[in-house]
Amino acid sequence: MANLTLVQAINLALIQEMEQDDRVLVLGEDVGINGGVFRVTEGLHKRFGGHRVVDSPLAESGIIGTAVGLAMGGLRPVAEIQFEGFLGPAYDQICTHAARMRTRTRGGLTVPLTVRVPVGGGIHAPELHSDSPEAIYTHTPGLKVVMPSSPYDAKGLLVSAIRDPDPVIFFEPKRIYRAFREEVPEDEYTVPIGEARIVREGSEMTMVSWGASVIHCMNAIEASGRDIELIDLRTICPLDIDTVVTSVRKTARAVIVHEAPLTCGIGSELSARIMEHCFLDLESPVQRVAGFDVIMPYYKLELDYLPDADRIGKAIEETAAY
Amino acid sequence: MLHIDFHHSAKKTRMLTDPTTVTSSSTPSTQAHASEQVPLPGPDVLKKWLYDMKLIREFEVRAMQAYQNKLAGGFLHVYNGQEAVAVGTIAALQKGDPVITAYRDHGHALARGMDPKVGMAELFGRIDGCAKGKGGSMHFFDVPNHMYGGHGIVGAQTPVGAGLAFATMYEDEVINKGKNSHVTLCFLGDGALNQGAFHEAANLAKVMNLPVIYIVENNRYAMGTAIERCTSAADSLLHKAVAYGMDAVKINGMDITETYPAMKSLVDDIRANPRPAFVDMDCYRFKGHSVSDPRKYRTSEEELENEANCPIENLSKFLLSSGVMEEADIKAMTKEIRTEIRAVVKWAEESPPPGIEELYHDVYVEEWGPYTGTSLPNFMKDKPGGQA
Repeated sequence: MANLTLVQAINLALIQEMEQDDRVLVLGEDVGINGGVFRVTEGLHKRFGGHRVVDSPLAESGIIGTAVGLAMGGLRPVAEIQFEGFLGPAYDQICTHAARMRTRTRGGLTVPLTVRVPVGGGIHAPELHSDSPEAIYTHTPGLKVVMPSSPYDAKGLLVSAIRDPDPVIFFEPKRIYRAFREEVPEDEYTVPIGEARIVREGSEMTMVSWGASVIHCMNAIEASGRDIELIDLRTICPLDIDTVVTSVRKTARAVIVHEAPLTCGIGSELSARIMEHCFLDLESPVQRVAGFDVIMPYYKLELDYLPDADRIGKAIEETAAY
Repeated sequence: MLHIDFHHSAKKTRMLTDPTTVTSSSTPSTQAHASEQVPLPGPDVLKKWLYDMKLIREFEVRAMQAYQNKLAGGFLHVYNGQEAVAVGTIAALQKGDPVITAYRDHGHALARGMDPKVGMAELFGRIDGCAKGKGGSMHFFDVPNHMYGGHGIVGAQTPVGAGLAFATMYEDEVINKGKNSHVTLCFLGDGALNQGAFHEAANLAKVMNLPVIYIVENNRYAMGTAIERCTSAADSLLHKAVAYGMDAVKINGMDITETYPAMKSLVDDIRANPRPAFVDMDCYRFKGHSVSDPRKYRTSEEELENEANCPIENLSKFLLSSGVMEEADIKAMTKEIRTEIRAVVKWAEESPPPGIEELYHDVYVEEWGPYTGTSLPNFMKDKPGGQA
């Protein structure tokens, strides 16, 4: 075991996967000699050389398009896009090629591509460097979408993503890259894609979140003194609705927390699914605590935008009192 | 453990058209390929080329009929007039070399060896199509023959072409610790030259010296807009490639006896000295952009004049004049192909459409998708992965 940050856990997963499979290669902007904008790929270039850790041009469509070709050619590329906002130029390649190649060829070709993307706010960066676009990619059949909230999950999920035969958008909450450490096994393990994690059991209500918001949920729950079950989705697509439904049937109340804008966020989908499956169990309306329907603001307003323990606490009390 | 660094090997690789040396010249050098004149193959291969080109033409003619008779859905972009390009370029490849193109893809797939039955069934949306009837005209794939599509977004296939070349090079050099042995052909139209993706791909391909040849099928129209009206430097496209430090060659795509030798020389050179190259392939699209194109942007005089330079007629004349074939042989070949394609259409018509269960297949690796516990249509409820 090692006491690692999220960045270190991801770095370790990359090293171990590259060690055990020559077909795994890393490409992206400054991922090589410089070790990546957040230093996630630190040391990889030295260890594996420039042919397996490729400093690409600053051209996201080219990076993902090339990675799609690499994957169609039988390799397992791990592409890094520096910030989630830079997925925009690559959107065409992700959604018209990566997501659809299996269907287009009826399984003749697959795209075992992992796209690693730092995501979300909280680092005083402007828009395009603080966004939460997970719903966009969840709304694209053919992609899997993952967002860990802990070093342990990050390592296990990244290994699963690299080995997955389908394309995975692997969102890394940049706010918690170095926020805390956790015991992470140095030995190989995987965390399956598509399984939520019950962070904390409880009977009074269910709280569902993912990414960096999970930490705020935990703080809010502790501050409330209530017996709340907290679920970290970990994988957003495919959605582990069974874990959510089982919990809400037990607690009869649900609060969903995410950074992304409220409207048509994953919270909307979760709320609809809870309504479909738990209608007669519910004792209160499903509450959503989310970002606002605005462009992510610059840092002076950032904390007003992001759901925090206060806003989550308010939702807890309203839900409990309903 | 591993020795090849593409960034470093790039510097060692011979560059025929180093951008620092061609800037003084108004047009990039094409001498390297022209001087290494490749002979034409023997009579059997020449006859096979004629067969393949005529087969593509007949396939397209029947496809248009079928489309007009509502046997095929979607859109239809036929290849009439450009047959020498697909046949003449792909003839220069070896078996494992990847080919990728855009949506005018029937010719490339057939030239790469796709069974025409499977192609026609795809057009008709039938289960025996190359994509089980879910892709249609724009999505002709034949993975065993290294035909990687068939893609619907203009120019978006160009970085994928770079990636395919990267993959073969990685396989040869990093995994097998050998020498590059493959060349990727990535086709695009002249209209695609104005897409950002192409420029990202060209730059990356050169930076890494990937063995990919970008073949611009310059049929003079970007959909319905003449090249002069929408593409800068329309009369000197090679400059665009020179800007990326690529070898650039203009090749006649209307006469396979010129297309093939020029391509063979280029392909062999790229295989031996991996780097990207660019071909301005001069050709003409006899039909419209799609079958429903009213073609208001050009005159019928222009069409007639260009149709007189038919690549199939050109090869036929060559075979007659060189004594490889007699008129009667060509007639017999035409008849044979008509019969074959008629059977192809019949076979495709008899193939059933995909069942509704196909909707959920091949979206993800799981047969029914990773949809456990999610909202499913009623027909899925009793399927594996479906919920009660």
